[in-house]
Amino acid sequence: MNSRENILAAVKANQFSQADLPGMEALSSLTATTDDLVEKYKTIGSAGGSFVYEVADYEAIQNILHKEFKPGVKIISGIKELGEYTYVADVKHEISHSFADVELCILRSNLGVAENGALWLTEEEMTVRVLPFIAQHLAVVISKTNLVPTMAQAYEKIGGATYGYGAFISGPSKTADIEQSLVIGAHGPRSLSVFILP
Amino acid sequence: MSSTATKDHPQLAAIFNRDEPRVDWHDETLWWVRAKRDIAAHKLPEWELLRETASQIKNNVLSNLSTYLEQFEANAINNGIIVHWAANAEEHNKIIYTLLEKRGISRMVKSKSMLTEECHLNEYLLKQGIDVIDSDLGERIVQLAGEPPSHIVLPCIHKKKEEIGDIFHEHLGSAKGESDPKILTETARQHLREVFLTRRAALTGVNFAIAETGEFVICTNEGNADMGAHLAEIHIASMGIEKIIPERKHLGVFLRLLTRSATGQPITTYSSHFSKPQDGKEIHIVIVDNGRSIQLGREDFRNSLKCIRCGACMNTCPVYRKSGGHSYHTAVAGPIGSILAPNLDMEKYADLPFASTLCGSCSNVCPVKIDIHDQLYKWRQVIVKAGYTSKAKTLAMKGMAFTLSSPMIYRAAGKMGRFTFKYAPFAVNNGANPWYKHREMPKAPEQSFGEWYAKRKENKK
Repeated sequence: MNSRENILAAVKANQFSQADLPGMEALSSLTATTDDLVEKYKTIGSAGGSFVYEVADYEAIQNILHKEFKPGVKIISGIKELGEYTYVADVKHEISHSFADVELCILRSNLGVAENGALWLTEEEMTVRVLPFIAQHLAVVISKTNLVPTMAQAYEKIGGATYGYGAFISGPSKTADIEQSLVIGAHGPRSLSVFILP
Repeated sequence: MSSTATKDHPQLAAIFNRDEPRVDWHDETLWWVRAKRDIAAHKLPEWELLRETASQIKNNVLSNLSTYLEQFEANAINNGIIVHWAANAEEHNKIIYTLLEKRGISRMVKSKSMLTEECHLNEYLLKQGIDVIDSDLGERIVQLAGEPPSHIVLPCIHKKKEEIGDIFHEHLGSAKGESDPKILTETARQHLREVFLTRRAALTGVNFAIAETGEFVICTNEGNADMGAHLAEIHIASMGIEKIIPERKHLGVFLRLLTRSATGQPITTYSSHFSKPQDGKEIHIVIVDNGRSIQLGREDFRNSLKCIRCGACMNTCPVYRKSGGHSYHTAVAGPIGSILAPNLDMEKYADLPFASTLCGSCSNVCPVKIDIHDQLYKWRQVIVKAGYTSKAKTLAMKGMAFTLSSPMIYRAAGKMGRFTFKYAPFAVNNGANPWYKHREMPKAPEQSFGEWYAKRKENKK
């Protein structure tokens, strides 16, 4: 017998009598709050080190980005409405390593979580998997109608969707490995800006 | 590790305890992390329901593990992932070496994986001429220092920033005497960015593997797992058989518990779900047993396989906080490590279940409700019955059994003891008596309870 069969046989012999899966309904209904999710997201997101902006339209986002980023830096955008930047679909066939000099990457998320500031992005929104990690700074645009209270509702919304890759991103990359001192900017982006549209 | 392998927990703890201010600092730092956990937990009114639900999901996993493993494998293969099975550490290491060797790869970047620590993968690959760089900041620090991690979530929690500054000065060329965490982290960022961009292979651990979908989830704050995995041609993920959860929606329970229990954060910065490889690239999963199926068969100890590696039991443990992670001489330290390790090697780790006050704090903070302190107590009994306790302890216990076997011997021994305490305290208050090491011996009473009771009866007459 090979290791696969050996392991499965040993597990089968040693696992104990059937224990049923618990229901998840109570956790879902207990946390399904009608509180102001934008306010909650702003508070939690900021506490996690993100810059959270509630904006009226794409023009407002553009104005903030003009202020924060010097002209001439490499910016890649996954958002058609922010037309002045390189559109991600146009460069998706370049090798991942070529994005090492990206200063800012702007992507859309269709699912945000108020309890922890996490934004769900799949490969579809990223186009290139490494982009939201390799860029020096990341910005994510989300509509406030796409905010849910907790991870319970988030996975209900994701449901059985298929994706090659997906990630919850809740802030800038960070570490506290040196004497528990929080340092923003570990290996991923040094900042996360979240733009909440109506 | 090899230099400490012959010393047991009390001896290694004694080494850590030589520097008292450092022990206090270590103790306070971890307690601060524990306090952050409490704040995060208390913010959720449904916290206890979350723990109970997580525990029940894991019960279900352990009772159906073979089915879930097969389901996970089938779905992962269907997603284009290549699945390997390893019965033990040696096979795990060989599988990884073969994958690298076949592709002519001699350098690999690795994100945090306690399983690879358990398997001593780095040492093995180094012997085969493969260079491995750990990319989690804390792991990189201990790797450069030539030490194993001392904590599963906070690998270099035992190190002062000045020591880290010295290590970085020597290996990464930072300025001499520089100890600012911001500057040291930036130094590591620059160094590791170069590593991520030049490695063709990346190894990661696995936090959760979902049977229903064949995807697996990795949680980091630093983004190092993603940087490595997305840039490499081949991504190898090592997982123990117990990492399985049945359905994707169950992540909504575990991801809410994991970091709140670990550090008090509501979630890690990145919770990455790997389902299919990128075009032209490969994902391999190595599913490892290494004693876990045996532990599954030990009724008293199988619950230890529910562990999601948050480290809460370590942060709260008064023994861990004051003895340091290295005193446990095993990959996973602290209370959970002390109930996992004896399953792997009962003789080598016979000391660990005794490295506890049995206060129960570990069980109280465990997000999946493992009965850790009960298991520590049960392991003690198994270990004593198997004859793995030290000779001195066995002798002492035999002496005690003999003394308690007859009232006459008991009374004589009591008299002798009181005499010794009164007239020759130096005979017990010395280094030869392990009990005296951290305690003053008590003042002996003039008479025993038995003598006092007999006298009282006489006076009443």
